[in-house]
Amino acid sequence: MSSGWTADGGKPVIRLTNVSYTYPGPPPVAALRDADLAVWPGEHVSITGPSGSGKSTLLNLLGLLDRPTKGTLEIDGMNLGHASERDRSAVRARQIGFVFQSFHLLPHRAAIENVMLAQVYADQPRRRRRDAALAALTQVGLAHRAYALPTALSGGERQRVAIARALVNRPSLVLCDEPTGNLDSATTNELIDLLSSLNADGSTLVVITHNPVVAASAQRQVIIRDGKLTEPEPADAA
Amino acid sequence: MRHRSQSQRRSRLVSAPSRLRSRDLGSEVVAGLLQRPGRSALTLVGTVLGIGAFVAIVGLSQTASGQIGKDFNALDATQVTVTDKGAQSASVPTLDFPSNADALVDKIKGVIAAGVWWNVALGQSGVSARPGPAANGLPVVAATPGALAASGATVAGGVLFNLFHQDTAQNVALLSETAARQLGISNLEDQPAIFIGDDAFTVIGIISGDKRIPSLDFSVIVPESTALRIWGKPTSGNAAQMLIHTKLGAGQVVAGQVPVALAPRDPKLLKAAAPVNPAQLQRNVTTNLNAVFLALAGIAVVVGAVGIANTTLVAVLERASEIGLRRALGARPRHIAIQFLCESTALGLFGGMAGACIGVLGALAVTIDKHWTALMDPRIVLAAPVAGAVIGLLAGLYPALRASAIEPADALRR
Repeated sequence: MSSGWTADGGKPVIRLTNVSYTYPGPPPVAALRDADLAVWPGEHVSITGPSGSGKSTLLNLLGLLDRPTKGTLEIDGMNLGHASERDRSAVRARQIGFVFQSFHLLPHRAAIENVMLAQVYADQPRRRRRDAALAALTQVGLAHRAYALPTALSGGERQRVAIARALVNRPSLVLCDEPTGNLDSATTNELIDLLSSLNADGSTLVVITHNPVVAASAQRQVIIRDGKLTEPEPADAA
Repeated sequence: MRHRSQSQRRSRLVSAPSRLRSRDLGSEVVAGLLQRPGRSALTLVGTVLGIGAFVAIVGLSQTASGQIGKDFNALDATQVTVTDKGAQSASVPTLDFPSNADALVDKIKGVIAAGVWWNVALGQSGVSARPGPAANGLPVVAATPGALAASGATVAGGVLFNLFHQDTAQNVALLSETAARQLGISNLEDQPAIFIGDDAFTVIGIISGDKRIPSLDFSVIVPESTALRIWGKPTSGNAAQMLIHTKLGAGQVVAGQVPVALAPRDPKLLKAAAPVNPAQLQRNVTTNLNAVFLALAGIAVVVGAVGIANTTLVAVLERASEIGLRRALGARPRHIAIQFLCESTALGLFGGMAGACIGVLGALAVTIDKHWTALMDPRIVLAAPVAGAVIGLLAGLYPALRASAIEPADALRR
């Protein structure tokens, strides 16, 4: 079920080859060891594992917030593991959408302005920003709350705003870090449905979670334990 | 493809880097400052007080140093008058100003314009529009082109006479508006003539709004050289004077130099009156007080800068997760740095503006209370916001560096 508007063809969105990450000591801690992973356009991948297993490290590497100690990290075919900050920032701005556990919305700005913040650094033309932001809010079912401040929104609504912000630049990859960690179970289910529908519309999702329900909703489940990646079922290629 | 000369060889993978347009930067800075308006305002207090004190003290000292008495005005503060003492006591008409007096004084630093003038004693003859006996008592003034420039006279019609008329002693005349009305002259296009005694003069201009030589307002003015040729040197009752327009604050120095420059053999013949002469003791007291106040203002400015630096640093630490978010959304470290630098610079700029306003108002209040005339160099008022912005910029350097060095991965975990 690949394609839609994401990167198409044989190129993986993410390709990790022999990636290791070691926190400099003392004593040095190997958080990720010789990890290999390929995520193809249109896939919905969950990454689960116990606390301290290296989930956050993996997320930071995939989101270009940190650099691997060893190995190669490619996004959309570009070798970005050791690229310049200029290139990595540009890829973060345009090709990666982030969804965080704690939402990270600016409290003094309306929902739509929070969404529009993502368009600033991606250098979207100012005139088209508001329409694009409203379209993204519509996609997450929150157009009617566009001008509400985050403080006036429920947890689920806040996370939807954050998802709209992640989608607004039409990235190749949406990276979710514990997206339901701050939500109750009813809201969690709504969010699972939203993520599935976004994936059905063509978004490539990588969801890091310790919630088994969220993990099970993904098409592929990757488990991380002691810095090692394993996949219980064979990956079905896109 | 260009390669960067760094320790690691890196080629550019992405053609378009992430950007922060100046309009977006402006919106973000405004939003950042308005996020906590109360704190932003309190941060300004130090800068406002410091710069306000500076402006007020400088303004007050300028006002005080130009202050003589109740009839003091802004024109007098930039005016030096030189009187011909020798001619006043002489028994025959005398002129102790050399013929090149204007040019000599023009060379003195601080002089804007200078010139010699006197009232011409006509005796029996008078001014009229046609030959014959005169019906009116219009006075005649002899003046050099420099005196016209120094007087601040403005042209209502025609032109002023110039160095050509002066050097060649032309029979030309300027009329004040009053004189023109009395002589029935309004149109200068057909070069009307007037008669002073038996001599015909061509009227080349009409002047109005003379500020420094009130008698010009109802006179006929002729070039000094022409007056000398026809009527000779000024009589003791109408001794020549020199009017000098100086820069603000230059009066004292200019007045000290002029007699020597014009009459090196006997400087006592000329007496220069400068605008400022408060008692020496009083001046010393004022200067000492100014030094103390300026030092206090300087301390207030430093405190203001530290206040801005502190607030910006606190904001950076408080907004670490926002910085992490911005980095995740594609901001480069330089985008973060410039945003905080602009916030602190804007704070300083606003502080400088408010300080300038408060300083001017403070100086005005004191001036009004003392029944003085306020005098202030406008450049001081314009410099205050610039100084504020520079203070803000300097205060923001360290916080901006700290902000740009924040690791997004750490900041986002909060």
